[in-house]
Amino acid sequence: MKYLEEFQDPRLARRLLDEIHAVTTRPWALMEVCGGQTHSIIRHGIDQLLPEQVELIHGPGCPVCVTPLETIDKALEIASRPGVIFCSFGDMLRVPGSDRDLFQVRSHGGDVRVVYSPLDALRIAQQNPEREVVFFGIGFETTAPPNAMTVYQAEKLGVKNFSMLVSHVRVPPAIEALMTSPDCRVQAFLAAGHVCSVMGTEEYPELAERFRVPIVVTGFEPLDILEGVRRAVIQLERGDHRVENAYERAVRPEGNPAARRMLADVFEVTDRPWRGIGTIPASGWRLSERYRPYDAEHRFEVGDIATQEPAACRSGEVLQGLLKPHECEAFGTTCTPRTPLGATMVSSEGACAAYYLYRRLGGPVAAAAPTAMEASPVG
Amino acid sequence: MCLAVPGKVLEIEDREGTRMAVVDFGGVVKEVCLEYLPDLQVGEYTIVHVGFALQRLDEESARQTLALFEGLGLLEEEFGDQWAIAAKAAGAEQPTDDAPGGDAHGGPQRDEEARA
Ligand code: SF4
Repeated sequence: MKYLEEFQDPRLARRLLDEIHAVTTRPWALMEVCGGQTHSIIRHGIDQLLPEQVELIHGPGCPVCVTPLETIDKALEIASRPGVIFCSFGDMLRVPGSDRDLFQVRSHGGDVRVVYSPLDALRIAQQNPEREVVFFGIGFETTAPPNAMTVYQAEKLGVKNFSMLVSHVRVPPAIEALMTSPDCRVQAFLAAGHVCSVMGTEEYPELAERFRVPIVVTGFEPLDILEGVRRAVIQLERGDHRVENAYERAVRPEGNPAARRMLADVFEVTDRPWRGIGTIPASGWRLSERYRPYDAEHRFEVGDIATQEPAACRSGEVLQGLLKPHECEAFGTTCTPRTPLGATMVSSEGACAAYYLYRRLGGPVAAAAPTAMEASPVG
Repeated sequence: MCLAVPGKVLEIEDREGTRMAVVDFGGVVKEVCLEYLPDLQVGEYTIVHVGFALQRLDEESARQTLALFEGLGLLEEEFGDQWAIAAKAAGAEQPTDDAPGGDAHGGPQRDEEARA
């Protein structure tokens, strides 16, 4: 029963909502790219406070969810080897591979460690020169610079027993893939704020122009999302298709130049399969030629891996905004956070997990929203 | 995985040629690499992702965001014991149906935000 109370400034939230309601005259479909935004939207019931005509379609921006099954299986294989210390962010621990997860690898004796920063993994390598230390380097443009810096440091410090299993993904090619898909219903994008903190906004005007689609760089807090929606709807109503920055406090047009330089040095663009979606051209980064010695895929023979995705899982459609999580038959029955069939049910950014935690059975939340709005301390 | 949390720079030092800082995230103190924001000074605020300062932030925005994250239990999620969090999710009781904003501190929710 919280809703607007949970917004930091309920009065501002109310004003933004009123304005969105006032300007909306037709149905519009907006996609929030980032899983963090999806989580925030579902948690705070933002989609239910918006006019019925404004639909939020959840995008593929959960790096944990889109890391290819083959890469997860490789990670599990490497982590199981004696002598290896496998380091990962906590989010990857329960992501299901074909037949197990990192949690299970550890309970069977694998040395799996959770790190806060990739630099922690490098330090572990320095402290354990007799062991091979592998870091699982996944993430979007926000996480890529920290991982790039870590590989750069490994080389600079001559740490030979460190390597990285790299599966980075990039947002703009994913937007392009979504827009060229025949099923696409998206009319405007809320672009991921922290990706743009690093990359800036220069990659987006071309996409906005080519697909005649407004792109509004948006933050993650509830008020940020309302502001992003407000600006996108105003553009749509006017027939505009510009790039706007609604997250100026953390995003400059040029992004972070030092980080971008490091990315260009350590990584090179590559085609990348996205779990559940398929290969998207130029949508990933891998280590560049010069840093190839630090590539765990080269260091460890993990060639032929037969992957198997549960047939029931429809996370690919969920990730493309073609299906809402609760429309999947397994949702909440055979698939729960405790027994996840797909990564979207595990990750904090996964749409299935967000729906399960905050929107299961649909009923009470949907019914409560308008009342909560009235009851909140507004005005 | 990629929550970016605002924090205040408390100390700066050079370690093996790398500019590192001690950063305070609403009481939790962590080491943070400043190589991507080399001119950041003690007392300034920055958004930090997996141990790296990525962009400056003004003090007021930083404080507001930190207060929000704390209220939602996100700081605990970000800096807490990840094995415990994963174990809890693996064996968790199902959350109650009236979950929005409900059990932000102790439940099986994994409510990190601000991802990209
Ligand atoms: S509910 Fe479970 S099975 Fe269905 S799409 Fe989501 S993760 Fe896959």
